Amino acid sequence: YNSSLTKPPPAKYGGRHTVTLIPGDGIGPELLTHVRELFRFCCVPVDFEIVSIDSKSTSDDDMNNAITAIRRNGVALKGNIETNHNLPPSHISRNNILRTSLDLYANVIHCQTLPGVRTRHRDVDIIIIRENTEGEYSSLEHENVPGVVECLKIITRKKSLRIAEYAFNAARQNGRRRVTAVHKANIMKLGDGLFLQCCKEVAAGYPEITFDSMIVDNTTMQLVSKPQQFDVMVMPNLYGSVISNVCAGLVGGPGLVPGANYGKDYAVFETATRNTGKSIANKNIANPTATLLASCLMLDHLRLHGYASMIRKAILATVSETRLHTADLGGQGTTSEVVQSVMREIESKGPRTSEQI
Amino acid sequence: MAGNAWRSTVSRVVGAMKSQASHPRTFSRGLQTVTLIPGDGIGPEISTAVMKIFEAAKAPIQWEERNVTAIKGPGGKWMIPTEAKDSMDKSKIGLKGPLKTPIAAGHPSMNLLLRKTFDLYANVRPCVSIEGYKTPYTDVDLVTIRENTEGEYSGIEHVIVDGVVQSIKLITEEASQRIAEYAFEYARNNQRASVTAVHKANIMRMSDGLFLRKCREVAENFKDIKFTEMYLDTVCLNMVQDPTQFDVLVMPNLYGDILSDLCAGLIGGLGVTPSGNIGANGVAIFESVHGTAPDIAGKDLANPTALLLSAVMMLRHMGLHGQAKKIETACFDTIRDKKVLTKDLGGNSKCSEFTGEICRRVQDME
Repeated sequence: YNSSLTKPPPAKYGGRHTVTLIPGDGIGPELLTHVRELFRFCCVPVDFEIVSIDSKSTSDDDMNNAITAIRRNGVALKGNIETNHNLPPSHISRNNILRTSLDLYANVIHCQTLPGVRTRHRDVDIIIIRENTEGEYSSLEHENVPGVVECLKIITRKKSLRIAEYAFNAARQNGRRRVTAVHKANIMKLGDGLFLQCCKEVAAGYPEITFDSMIVDNTTMQLVSKPQQFDVMVMPNLYGSVISNVCAGLVGGPGLVPGANYGKDYAVFETATRNTGKSIANKNIANPTATLLASCLMLDHLRLHGYASMIRKAILATVSETRLHTADLGGQGTTSEVVQSVMREIESKGPRTSEQI
Repeated sequence: MAGNAWRSTVSRVVGAMKSQASHPRTFSRGLQTVTLIPGDGIGPEISTAVMKIFEAAKAPIQWEERNVTAIKGPGGKWMIPTEAKDSMDKSKIGLKGPLKTPIAAGHPSMNLLLRKTFDLYANVRPCVSIEGYKTPYTDVDLVTIRENTEGEYSGIEHVIVDGVVQSIKLITEEASQRIAEYAFEYARNNQRASVTAVHKANIMRMSDGLFLRKCREVAENFKDIKFTEMYLDTVCLNMVQDPTQFDVLVMPNLYGDILSDLCAGLIGGLGVTPSGNIGANGVAIFESVHGTAPDIAGKDLANPTALLLSAVMMLRHMGLHGQAKKIETACFDTIRDKKVLTKDLGGNSKCSEFTGEICRRVQDME
């Protein structure tokens, strides 16, 4: 996956990059530990600056530290931070604050059918580009009259043009033929109508790419019957949540798909479906594939393409081994077995010295 | 628009004539009156198909056909014709075919008008895999219950400044309580084991938080039903991997719209999905949720399955379980046999042939 709209930070201090690591909750910490283990094994020139965020605390210090660290390093790898429902509604989701503070406006998820993973649908290859900072996730709610809550969904021309530009540019760079805008403009005539209008305007500047649009409920229906018809999809925030989860489910589940959040100056990598996986935490049964592939996306972003493809090849070889499949794929493999297998694969096939990478 | 005026004049005249005749409304010879709204496009032909099948099954239903076209009432407010409203108020049960929403007609969609007129607050869609109509998903058996009056579809939007639009999502305590109560009642009456509230309260803390809170409160009064809550995205993720884990789902308007269509896609699309709308004051309107299909209208090619299954849902709502089972079995057997199927189901029979086959099976069951 190619993206030229975000500049990666230059490598400092002896050609090594520093990347902020936010362990998060649930399966985050253990899987990110495996990433560090793997990077050490492969001698990847990346150092991690670990910033923990306590999801139970109400103070903003942790978040401010994390945001400062990401501003400093330019790149981060993160696990999902749990949102504590027992705290009052003014306590906004930490993950959301991160995205809006750093203006990570594009959430990019590439869902592809992986070899060796049995799914109901074959040949799925969809790039989802989701507006990541406004829409329904504006966190603007109030209760003017007791028992009546209003939640504001904001759509702006500026951000809609920006995400549409990102989508078409990404389509062009990756040789994609078609961009589909997902919306509900028949009901939300002004809001989604504006979004659609912006997409149409941007489409005019990319004549080689076909542009069409589809209403979100029809889109989900089409996705579960004929997902092969979709190429690149662009949409506002909430529909993006629905569509990316549906597509991730179609290609094999939350354990397989990595996700990336790009802004003008910063990039944060995580799993596509952003689950904490509380119920399977610390049991060595979580599927590390999504997190490992996310770290490869990060390496590509840092222009360390040699390392990225080396690790990615090993991961894909491992995922096609049915006997190593973890519980989410219907197997009985453990997390550490998968990681060990990736390392063995790299050792047997990989280059002998770092000059060869 | 001349067509509309002509039609509404005719229906006013016809309706007036009909109401002058003595009309046994309900419970005469055990017959129950149902207001039938054939709709547009393929609506009339599939309605005829359903009436034929019901006749063959000797179902104790008396149909009262009414048309709904938007007319401007006193005060300039758009409303449905009085005959239609009166009929529905008396019979309390309606069956509706697809209605077209003309663009730039100046009036809101007919579906919206009906919803507002009868305060249809709950949209219920049972999604059950149809044996014989293969989809990649088997053994789907769930029900989506969607709040249908507020939420993201409040229609309140403003342009704050040029280039910034605000759409308001409204969640009220009253509506959330009402839909939650309906969901649990439905679960109890239909022997369903669990109810799952679908929400996004991690992001929309106040609005979905309120919805969730009301669901939790209502769950306290229904201890025999298991109550769980799940994020919308997790539901989507799990639904496409393993839909068998879901039973009854209750949710606000937008999520309901998306999820109910997603589930319809799992079992084969809108052409085979039944739907019911429950209103305040005991009114219930059952409908097919597909479009009017103007390209095949009048050509005897339509598939009446969606409307038929909605009519079956209606029979169950009325307590006529035996009749419902008979008709439903005949329909499913016909589809499973694959000998007489309409084009969208993979065959090349006509609508009348498909209908005839179901009628034959129903009569054979006597």
